[in-house]
Amino acid sequence: MDSARLNRRGECEWELPRSGKMRVPGVIYADEALIGAMDDKVAEQVANVAALPGIVKASFAMPDAHWGYGFPIGGVAAFDADDGGVVSAGGVGFDISCGVRTLLTGLETEELRRVQRELADTLYQRIPAGLGSTGALRLSPKDTDAMLAGGARWALKIGYGRVEDLERIEEHGAMSGADPAAVSDEAKKRQRDQMGTLGSGNHYLEVQRVAEIYDAEIARGFGLEANAVVVSIHCGSRGLGHQIGTDYLREMAIASKNAGIALPERELACAPIRSPVGQRYLSAMRAGINCALANRQILTHLAREAFKSVLPEAKLDLLYDVSHNTCKLEEHQIDGGRRKLFVHRKGATRAFGPRHPELPPVFRDTGQPVLIGGSMGTSSWVLSGTERGMHEAFGSACHGAGRNMSRTQATKRWNGRQVIDELAARGILICSPSQRGVAEEAPGAYKDVTEVVNAADRAGLARKVARLEPLVCIKG
Amino acid sequence: MPWEHFPHGADIGVRGIGATRAEAFEQAALALTAVVTDPSRVEGKRAVEIAREAPDDELLLADWLNAIVYEMVTLKMLFGRFSVQLNGGKLRATAWGEPIDAARHHVAVEVKGATYTELAVKHRDDGQWVAQCVVDV
Repeated sequence: MDSARLNRRGECEWELPRSGKMRVPGVIYADEALIGAMDDKVAEQVANVAALPGIVKASFAMPDAHWGYGFPIGGVAAFDADDGGVVSAGGVGFDISCGVRTLLTGLETEELRRVQRELADTLYQRIPAGLGSTGALRLSPKDTDAMLAGGARWALKIGYGRVEDLERIEEHGAMSGADPAAVSDEAKKRQRDQMGTLGSGNHYLEVQRVAEIYDAEIARGFGLEANAVVVSIHCGSRGLGHQIGTDYLREMAIASKNAGIALPERELACAPIRSPVGQRYLSAMRAGINCALANRQILTHLAREAFKSVLPEAKLDLLYDVSHNTCKLEEHQIDGGRRKLFVHRKGATRAFGPRHPELPPVFRDTGQPVLIGGSMGTSSWVLSGTERGMHEAFGSACHGAGRNMSRTQATKRWNGRQVIDELAARGILICSPSQRGVAEEAPGAYKDVTEVVNAADRAGLARKVARLEPLVCIKG
Repeated sequence: MPWEHFPHGADIGVRGIGATRAEAFEQAALALTAVVTDPSRVEGKRAVEIAREAPDDELLLADWLNAIVYEMVTLKMLFGRFSVQLNGGKLRATAWGEPIDAARHHVAVEVKGATYTELAVKHRDDGQWVAQCVVDV
């Protein structure tokens, strides 16, 4: 991106000044190198979002921002319903509530190394991964509705997980305001046998070691120690979330066209929050959030069972569960007053700071854990929310690295076997049903997540706490 | 080449090219299958009928590709041959395929759906029709 059109406001903060139809300025958090490498499309999409009705403060882009669907991936924007504000299906993204949860095993790396292969094989056997894989559950229409209303709480009720998991999930395990009736039958049918499955693409379950601690006090608060073993799960609401996104994007696009609203991109289609379709979308999207929370809860149970048979002393206590494709009603400080806003985070993680009333007591002093997934074979990160971040981009941070190479280019450069062997030589075991999938997800096809995390830390969006390195990766 | 892929950030673009709009739609569907597997590996053992209606060509293309994604997921099938008939904003089609066999089909990623990014149905200067969009994987 050409930085000449931006005003530099700090080491890692750039302003895209208001112009044309923009109602608010754009703000991009990145260092000079990340800005230089960022697609010009990001600035264009940030400006398009800034022109939507009811937007408050600014249209934000996180350090990992890249060209998305209407909104940039890594985009954050808040809207005030009292001011004609809108909700956008493209502003949430297709994989509703895709996110990361991390579990603490209580084990040290050496204990894990002794059974690494056996554990990898057991996890791979138990965790359904890849295209066409199905879970053990078959949901009846009644079960589906209960799942969509209850999220992780529903999963717990039917035997998946522990009651103490709930307070360590955003929304305490169940998003309120979900309405299963707002979700199409097609969406529900796509999910019938997909509960407790990882999916494919960049979704995974990883066993990781804590490679480095950056903030010892907060790390202690999170239960993280150097060389400790953790498990991270990255996946979302599967086919159901995608179908909700598709259904409502279509409806909003046709409604915009019929109303004579010219959109620079169809995926910017949106509806006033206070309109029937806006309300229905919010109810359906919240049901999609519950589907993702239930899915990660079931996968957690499967991971615990796999560990129990190989390493019975492992605890697998939940550290936290965060989502990075959502729209949530939150209260924020704006110009000295408190306002309730609909905050879209599209490829951006919530990062609430210390003493935020939404956080469970255990995170009151530390801020919430902000879990940043890496790509296969690369580092992941644990950050914490900060007070400053609450005043920057509504308590939001980056979500991952993003690709620097297309899938086609990646398969031309690598083959799956070669990637698996190279990672094995570095002590990282990859299990996947798809060799081509592994080649497409090769570590070299992704940007370096560390640069993104450093920029988020320096911009004050979140604080670096620990870096994680993979030991085992179950890949869809 | 009657179909091809084009790069897009984290995802992938599918493009069908043909002498008619309907042919371009058929080829775009093959490009969609090729994201998952080599279409020539898929045998046409079973036919599935698909019908859709949309207010314009672009939305109809997205609806068509999304209908195939839906059938792939719910029937657990892959499709290697398509026949499309277009009549104004209405599409009637048949897709021939077989159940997914992960080993034989060497499947890569799952397609989650068609998006409206780079979505276009156009008549090129050389007389060929092009039907394309980015699909989310």
